[in-house]
Amino acid sequence: MATSDSQTSAPNKGFDLLRRRVRGHQGMIIGSVIVVSVLLIALLAPLLAPHDPYQQDLLKRLVPPVWDSRGSWEHVLGTDHLGRDYLSRLIYGARISLLIGIGAALISGIIGTIMGVMAGYFGGRVDMIVTFMITVRLSMPVVLVALAVVAIVGGSLQVVIAVLGLLLWDRFAVVMRSSTLQIRSMDYVAAARAVGCSTSRVLMTEVMPNVVNNLIVITTIEIAHAIILEAALSFLGLGVQPPMPSWGLMVSEGKDMMLFEPWLITIPGVALFLLVLAINLMGDGVRDITAPENRN
Amino acid sequence: MIYYTLKRLGLALLVALTVSFISFGLLYLSSDPAIAMAGETASDADIEAIRKLYGFDRPILVQYLDWLQRALSGDLGKSYYFRTDVSALIGERLPTTMTLGVCAITFAIVLSVPLGVAAAIRPNSLIDRLALFLSVMGQALPSFWFALMLIVFLSVNLRLLPTSGSDTWLHFVMPTVVLGYYAAPAIMRLTRTGMLEVLSTDYIRTARAKGLRPWVVLFKHALRNAIIPVVSLAAVQFGFMLGGSIVVETIFALHGAGFLAWESITRNDLPTVQGLILVFSLFYIVLTFFADLLNAWLDPRIRIN
Repeated sequence: MATSDSQTSAPNKGFDLLRRRVRGHQGMIIGSVIVVSVLLIALLAPLLAPHDPYQQDLLKRLVPPVWDSRGSWEHVLGTDHLGRDYLSRLIYGARISLLIGIGAALISGIIGTIMGVMAGYFGGRVDMIVTFMITVRLSMPVVLVALAVVAIVGGSLQVVIAVLGLLLWDRFAVVMRSSTLQIRSMDYVAAARAVGCSTSRVLMTEVMPNVVNNLIVITTIEIAHAIILEAALSFLGLGVQPPMPSWGLMVSEGKDMMLFEPWLITIPGVALFLLVLAINLMGDGVRDITAPENRN
Repeated sequence: MIYYTLKRLGLALLVALTVSFISFGLLYLSSDPAIAMAGETASDADIEAIRKLYGFDRPILVQYLDWLQRALSGDLGKSYYFRTDVSALIGERLPTTMTLGVCAITFAIVLSVPLGVAAAIRPNSLIDRLALFLSVMGQALPSFWFALMLIVFLSVNLRLLPTSGSDTWLHFVMPTVVLGYYAAPAIMRLTRTGMLEVLSTDYIRTARAKGLRPWVVLFKHALRNAIIPVVSLAAVQFGFMLGGSIVVETIFALHGAGFLAWESITRNDLPTVQGLILVFSLFYIVLTFFADLLNAWLDPRIRIN
């Protein structure tokens, strides 16, 4: 009886503590609210967008946003150089940013986690090879390589996701390697091995659950990283191609008129900044809450 | 120390070799360089002639070894666009990028180290919170967008700085800020963590107990120890900056190696792109090599492990 009692109350206590920490963490709350809102906006884009994001209206080009004296409620955030509704493009653009961020982080997360956990757990030659691969990867300039590959293969959503996914695994590998190294020397791993658990079982049931917190933190950092890189690639014309409403592409298209109509670059830029900021705040929050000792 | 240096040098050479193979192989991913060179209007016979002339018909490993052999003697081939030596072309543009890189890393250090120290002296104070706030904001700011906003405000509205070109030092102000701010948060955080750690050690307490002046303790005893990891981080960030200069130089039309990289990529000028990837990577490898040596020299524990 006593043991079953403590077993049921222990997770509750842990959960209470977690809840209190989440409540006390303003950055985490603000970040999560923004991220969830952007996620909902992206998912519900067809319902929320007032116009078709690809519909051109050459008679209504460069209509300013509603707060400008020339603006109107018909196009709340105005229209771009081809008369497309800016708000609708911004809403559909959230889909591209999130898709690329999550897609690239998923690919690089799988690659980096496998490499890092293997290196940390097996050590020796495996560790040497993985460390070498990380060093090689870090030596190559990401933006330059990504631009060159996209230029050769041709820009599209899938290509950008694949290229960024294949380039951004380094941080996953580094962090997963060092976390696994710590876990490997724990008594419970030795115990699991002593009772005859297979290597894959030890990795899945003893190691992975203990490195998953760090994995979440790195994933948020890399999602934000991929979103910024996609915007930079698209801005330079070697990312997502027109007429897709990528936020980076919107800044690039508005660049020529930024001196006369600065809102053309301010609006997508602020959206990008807020999304990346919110994802980072969420990541910092997860780190502070799960491992407060790593805060500094 | 000699053993460590040799081991580290061997690793650096091996990394450089692997990077050279990747940067060579990358550009053979899907397109046929002969077609790229000949242009869209060329006939099949022309393409075939170019293929023979430049040796694109040979096995890729043979081509790589040939390229590597010439690269080792400083010959990176001829640019498809300029028809001149790639190494001369890069050598001509590199000083601008180096100047920009040095300015940017200096800016980042001058901005972030004092802020990190100030934040560590009084944790959770107003200045600590401000430093954290700035670093969170800085990490989320896309550099290309920040660059455009600076142009709109500083050049157009206030007419303080020139928008593009690389003629005077004024042309370097905005690119320096844009390239530098991105490295600042990481350096600031590491300085702060290091200082917090060092300030809680026994030898600092001893130094204070001896009655040394606070600023002597702070700068002579604490900062000197806390700055070691910051130096190697700054070296790494400097390496990343040169790679990141492609975005900044393109926006400000600064005629450095980054701008050349962007031009070459859009012109399908494969030898130049290959050469630039190699040069940027080599620079990073050399930089981290010296940073590691410096660390090992300052901290003997690294040498043994």
